[in-house]
Amino acid sequence: MAFLDNLINGISLGSIYAVIALGYTLVYGIAKMLNFAHGDVIMVGGYVVFTAMITWELSPWIAVIMAIVACTLLGIVIEKVAYKPLRKASSLSVLITAIGVSYFLQNMALLIFKEKPKVFTSVINIPKISLFDGKVVIKGETTAAIIASIIIVVGLSLFVNHTQKGRAMLAVSEDKDAAQLMGINVNSTISLTFAIGSGLAAVAGVLLCSSYPTLSNTTGAMPGIKAFVAAVFGGIGSIPGAMIGGILIGVIEILGRAYISPQLADAIVFAVLILVLIIKPTGILGKKVNEKV
Amino acid sequence: MKKKINPMTRKSFVTYGLLLIVFTAVEIMVNTGSISSMLQGLLVPICIYSILAISLNLTVGILGELSLGQAGFMCIGAYSSAIFSNLVKDTITQPLIRFPLAILIGGICAAVFGILIGIPVLRLRGDYLAIVTLAFGEIIKNVFAALYIGYDSAGLHISLKSQGDLGLAPDGKMIINGALGISGTPNDSTFEIAAAILFIAVIICYNFVNSRTGRAVMSIRDNRIAAESVGLNITKYKLITFGLTAFLAGVAGVLYSHNYYSLQASKFDYNLSILVLVFVVLGGIGSIRGSIIAAIVLTLLPEMLRSISNYRMLMYAIVLIVMMICTSNATIRSFFVRNFEKLKGLIIKKKPAGETAKEGE
Repeated sequence: MAFLDNLINGISLGSIYAVIALGYTLVYGIAKMLNFAHGDVIMVGGYVVFTAMITWELSPWIAVIMAIVACTLLGIVIEKVAYKPLRKASSLSVLITAIGVSYFLQNMALLIFKEKPKVFTSVINIPKISLFDGKVVIKGETTAAIIASIIIVVGLSLFVNHTQKGRAMLAVSEDKDAAQLMGINVNSTISLTFAIGSGLAAVAGVLLCSSYPTLSNTTGAMPGIKAFVAAVFGGIGSIPGAMIGGILIGVIEILGRAYISPQLADAIVFAVLILVLIIKPTGILGKKVNEKV
Repeated sequence: MKKKINPMTRKSFVTYGLLLIVFTAVEIMVNTGSISSMLQGLLVPICIYSILAISLNLTVGILGELSLGQAGFMCIGAYSSAIFSNLVKDTITQPLIRFPLAILIGGICAAVFGILIGIPVLRLRGDYLAIVTLAFGEIIKNVFAALYIGYDSAGLHISLKSQGDLGLAPDGKMIINGALGISGTPNDSTFEIAAAILFIAVIICYNFVNSRTGRAVMSIRDNRIAAESVGLNITKYKLITFGLTAFLAGVAGVLYSHNYYSLQASKFDYNLSILVLVFVVLGGIGSIRGSIIAAIVLTLLPEMLRSISNYRMLMYAIVLIVMMICTSNATIRSFFVRNFEKLKGLIIKKKPAGETAKEGE
């Protein structure tokens, strides 16, 4: 039963990775940039919920909504201030800027909330589910993470494929100039993408901090990078791919931690990334794009 | 007829001259005791960071790809040389023989890893390359943090689990103790050696950039497809650059591990790679002299301004963002260029006027 326990934990962690990976995939697909700061938006979301619940003593639901609103606004501001001036710049400059933003958020949080990690109280009150006479227990956080990620993936797929704004996003990801000629406002579409991605990051932050209740200024960095690995694994730009990649990475990490070596779990996840990029750089569900001269 | 000096040669000799002047000045200050002990402790780290910065500049500035694995290569250099020094410190007692060997071993180990990693990774570009090099850096750090090595009469014992798993004989000695790292490495790094290595590294970098290989690498940076179509072997040139970067980072790692009594893998996390990137960006991407100046200034500044050291990292972040926006946004850059031209015009116009006046006298 230990294996089943580990598997469930893996799927739970993987669902959180999937939600983060969706943010990466959306932004990468549309703005063609690696938003390095995405992981740190998760951390900001966690701190907003923490402040709202512990310092201001608001109810968990209001705290979560505040976090989503705050992160959405943060995403839009980051895009406008740091990335928009670099729309035509080389990818190297954009990447370095993104690293700068990530560093900025981490150190801002360090200055405001100090070094000592905060203990996060779970916002989720779903009862435990016992299976096989209590041999396997599924925690409320696990249920919440899995349900939330499924709702988000389905909702996002419907939004992208069946609404006008969503199809505008697809058009921009395909060809910015042609989309503009068709009357699509490219700037507002990219802003919308960042807003959605950052809002999802807030949700991921709540789920992550509820499952692993310590919150520090680097809480988001590693999950962010691993979620990027998940997005690449599933095929970057693909919404179902992000879900599949996220869950696989979560399961690999937890099983690696349990059966190979706790210290090497991170190394195993990164080794997976390297293998994927060598064997199939477009990921499981990715499309191959030929480079034009 | 006056023989014209190649501008690149002149540029490199100005840098060599500046380095020699700074080195002499520091030596005089150290010998006359007019330098605080805290500052003295920073001299070797300054050389280490400068070497890291110029080596990363080869990849970022000359090859035009972002590598975030600098800390990983440094880690390999540091560990391999520390293992070597700890093994032979009783047999080779003369540091002048031991340390150059350690430097070579550290550098070569890092370069071999750099090339091994480079073969699969350099097919990728841009964002993917950055994230994969970051991943490699983290893997290297994690593996070294989980590594236990000891030796006894039966030879070397290696384990990835725990100290007990090694099965050492009672007379055995631990070399790497997992997350606790290596301790007892001889302190062979002196400022003179570090400065000499920095000087050699600068010479290597300038000559690399000005060589046929360096020009080929730059042509790949400027237009990969055009470079490929004139018959340049992209992978080969990328690997050479990547290997050289890794070699120099490894050498910096050797200096690092022989500068401190104990060494932990956790020091080599990706914040270190980003710090080096800040040096490169602030000094000017592609400018070797700039990288060194940035490394010196950014290492000294936080120590001088202790009161604002909390804000140091925040400043680095803002510097990265502002530098990138100012240098890469066409509108903002043209604004700077225009005003700079105006300023330059004011100064240069005055100068010839002054010279003619002199001639008139």
